[in-house]
Amino acid sequence: MRRSGLGGQYLAIAAFAAVCLLVGWLVHNSYYQLIITLVLIWATAGVSWNMLSGYSGMISFGHAAFFGLGGYAMTIAFVQFDITPWIGIPLGVLVGMVAAIVIGLPTFRLRGHYFALSMLAYPLAMLYVFEWLGYQEVSLPMKREAPALYAQFSDPRAYIALALLLLVVCMIVSLHVERSRFGMSLTAIKQNEPAASAAGIDAWRWKMLALIVSAGMAAAAGGLYAIVLLVVTPQTMFGALVSAQALIIPMFGGIGVFWGPVIGAAILVPLAETLNAQLGNILPGIQGVVYGLAIIFITLLAPEGIYWSVRDRFGSRRAAGASKPSIARAAAIPAAAAAQQFKHPAAGGEALLSLNSVSRAFGGLRAVDDVTVAIKAGTIHGIIGPNGAGKTTLFNVINGFLRADTGSTTFAGSELVGRKPHEICRHGIGRTFQVVRAFPRMTVLENVIVGAYVGTASNVEAERLAMSARERVGMANEQAHAIAGTLTTKQLRLMELARALAPRPRLLLLDETLAGLSHDALEDIVAIIRQVNRDGVTIVIIEHTMQAMMKLADHFSVLDHGKLIAGGPPASVVKDAVVIEAYLGRKWMQRAKDPVA
Amino acid sequence: MEALKWPIIDFLQALSTGLLVGGTYGLMCVGLGIIFGVMRVVNFAQGDFMMLGMYVAYYLVTGFGVLAFLGPYAGPVVGAILAGPIVFVFGWLLHRFLISRVTGARVVSADAEGHYMQLIMTLGVALVLSNGGLILFGSLPLSVQTPLSRESWEIGPVFLNQARTVAFVLAAAFAVGLYLFLTRSDLGKTMRAAADNPIAAAYMGINVDRLHRFAFGLGVGITAIAGGLIASSQSFQPYIGFDFVIVMYAGVVLGGMGSILGAFWGGLTIGLVQQMSTLILPYQLQNTAIFVVFLLIIFLRPQGMFGRVAERT
Repeated sequence: MRRSGLGGQYLAIAAFAAVCLLVGWLVHNSYYQLIITLVLIWATAGVSWNMLSGYSGMISFGHAAFFGLGGYAMTIAFVQFDITPWIGIPLGVLVGMVAAIVIGLPTFRLRGHYFALSMLAYPLAMLYVFEWLGYQEVSLPMKREAPALYAQFSDPRAYIALALLLLVVCMIVSLHVERSRFGMSLTAIKQNEPAASAAGIDAWRWKMLALIVSAGMAAAAGGLYAIVLLVVTPQTMFGALVSAQALIIPMFGGIGVFWGPVIGAAILVPLAETLNAQLGNILPGIQGVVYGLAIIFITLLAPEGIYWSVRDRFGSRRAAGASKPSIARAAAIPAAAAAQQFKHPAAGGEALLSLNSVSRAFGGLRAVDDVTVAIKAGTIHGIIGPNGAGKTTLFNVINGFLRADTGSTTFAGSELVGRKPHEICRHGIGRTFQVVRAFPRMTVLENVIVGAYVGTASNVEAERLAMSARERVGMANEQAHAIAGTLTTKQLRLMELARALAPRPRLLLLDETLAGLSHDALEDIVAIIRQVNRDGVTIVIIEHTMQAMMKLADHFSVLDHGKLIAGGPPASVVKDAVVIEAYLGRKWMQRAKDPVA
Repeated sequence: MEALKWPIIDFLQALSTGLLVGGTYGLMCVGLGIIFGVMRVVNFAQGDFMMLGMYVAYYLVTGFGVLAFLGPYAGPVVGAILAGPIVFVFGWLLHRFLISRVTGARVVSADAEGHYMQLIMTLGVALVLSNGGLILFGSLPLSVQTPLSRESWEIGPVFLNQARTVAFVLAAAFAVGLYLFLTRSDLGKTMRAAADNPIAAAYMGINVDRLHRFAFGLGVGITAIAGGLIASSQSFQPYIGFDFVIVMYAGVVLGGMGSILGAFWGGLTIGLVQQMSTLILPYQLQNTAIFVVFLLIIFLRPQGMFGRVAERT
């Protein structure tokens, strides 16, 4: 996701601001000056929407809620309490941010279209409340004695400067979010939320933070919009078209990058405004039609927006330009240091993880039924059993995706039941998935860096941890900058393993890491798992390939229908009659007993 | 005694009006429910198809007076029913040229992203329809005036608006008819098969794309009939669709997404909530009450709301 350097982006923003000022100063028609102001305000609204929906993937259909609250807070403060907009707008930002917390608390429990449409309900509900409160049409009073003190200027160019200032501030905030762990975490959440939380990312917290920042930006834009229009109505502040514009502008211009909304606003706002001015009398709804058609066509032709389409067409810098400097830095890592990081005091034979009568049911199905097992520190513990035995469910209970109905899970002396996946990861339990959960549009290195965040507060250190984890699993340096979506199964498995290893966990849960691999690839990964274990990481592994498991595991636990039916050293477990029956059925039991057959 | 009597009568009045209004809401929700149930598409533009139904009924009955020969009683009813096939054709064409590009087999792999694309595409359709409606029909609020709109039947102390009562009876009849069609007829059974598993249905030789087109037309047509029925007891303008999207969505979610019969009961409940809210809230906050109830439903009844329940990890 990282593109050109920070300095280059600052330069681009400065150039953009200079062009805006220049055009604004040269244009003398006050109507065109108004359009430029509106472009800048709607670009800000779009940047605000992108902050939440573009980065995190939680599509909001209701940004008018924050936009409108910002506008109305400023207006009411001005009209009823004679508070200048210079204070009123920050006040509105505060109101918007508080609203973000109140709205986010319940709404982030939802996903997909439930989230999108619930967000739509908030501004529509507010619209009727503000109508009912008697704010159908509120005009800002003219302050002739001290206009500048009340943000009223006779020269429209002052508004251009003001709107530009706000937009540039929001762009710089977005730029820093994009480049930070904040932005990387949001991108990871967008691409695969379960994987992100299993990698230690507190999805809820980052999404909430994004919403708060986003709401503040939208509220500021709403306040400025009210100043420019001089009159607010519930429809212009909370109406469905406001929410739609905040969404359509960034989707049209380019999603997930702050230049997108700027491009979108620069194209759509003048188009809609000019058509409205020319044809508004005969075609009163032309603005809405323009936005509607724009989003229909962009969905069909370039679903990610203009920015990305243009970028893809003119050279694939997206992949190649990414983080060149880090390669040089990576070379400096001493290989010997890497191995050393994985040394944990393997307290000889003591239980690192113990499950005590853990059960989990789905309706009437007892997927995990009264399982008690102790995983000794420093061992490789194999979990086997037929399909549907509850193996993956057991992992989900251990790493917090599912809550155990009864029983307790203790890891290194502390209770895990009731903790969230990212907290459990922070405690030192990493995991991989049966079907690899990558962040498909990030590079290999970025995938692993996301995993490393939980291990360190410093971004440089996270990158160093990621590079050393990549080396641990034997992935070549050249692969580090490949996009994850283009990898082979083996590379994906290795990458996922590296992501889980990056924060230096004490326990690894490997869910069918060897499935679907060729014989050679399987041998390679078995060797890597062995080495990781030798470095002090305790491993619990689910696997069907019995030959590999016999070589790997020190201890077997056998699950069937959610129950633990056998446990012990591999050699004795595979001779256990109950196990053979569970795997092969009763008929085979007879044959096993009868040597002639 | 006298002090208690009025609140009770108010309550009974709100209850009966709520039931009558809720019947048409129920039919409206059935339309959205069919589209979601069969295609797994959230149609944001559903409210605007209802708006189209209202205007079709209006122009057939009052505007051009094509149905004037049927008289003031039968005319509006026939107008509302005719809105169904007209909007069906419109929906069919829209699916053929636009909606099918973001639905069906093409986007089965992109699970969540597919939903977003549909939602955003239909948001565009909604904007074009509502603002196009403004251009075509003007912003003046209209209603289909019939003698029934002003008449009421009295049952004890409770007044039943005749237009609403007729609308309720027709809406209920349509909902039952549709239910029988989906459960008894071959086409209905095929639709349900395609809804349960589009890929398996395709292997069984069912043309899923054509079936989706039919379901989309049917869904918007049914909602348009409901719109036409409401038009005789409520004034409307081209932007009315946005409010009703939430009404319909609330009903469908309440009834359990994918259940056609559930959608009717869900819509009925939403109508009741809207009318009962006037007992304690100011009249202007009716819709706010619906939005709050919608949010409560979505927060408190999360079961069956996250698509597949047990996602494999």
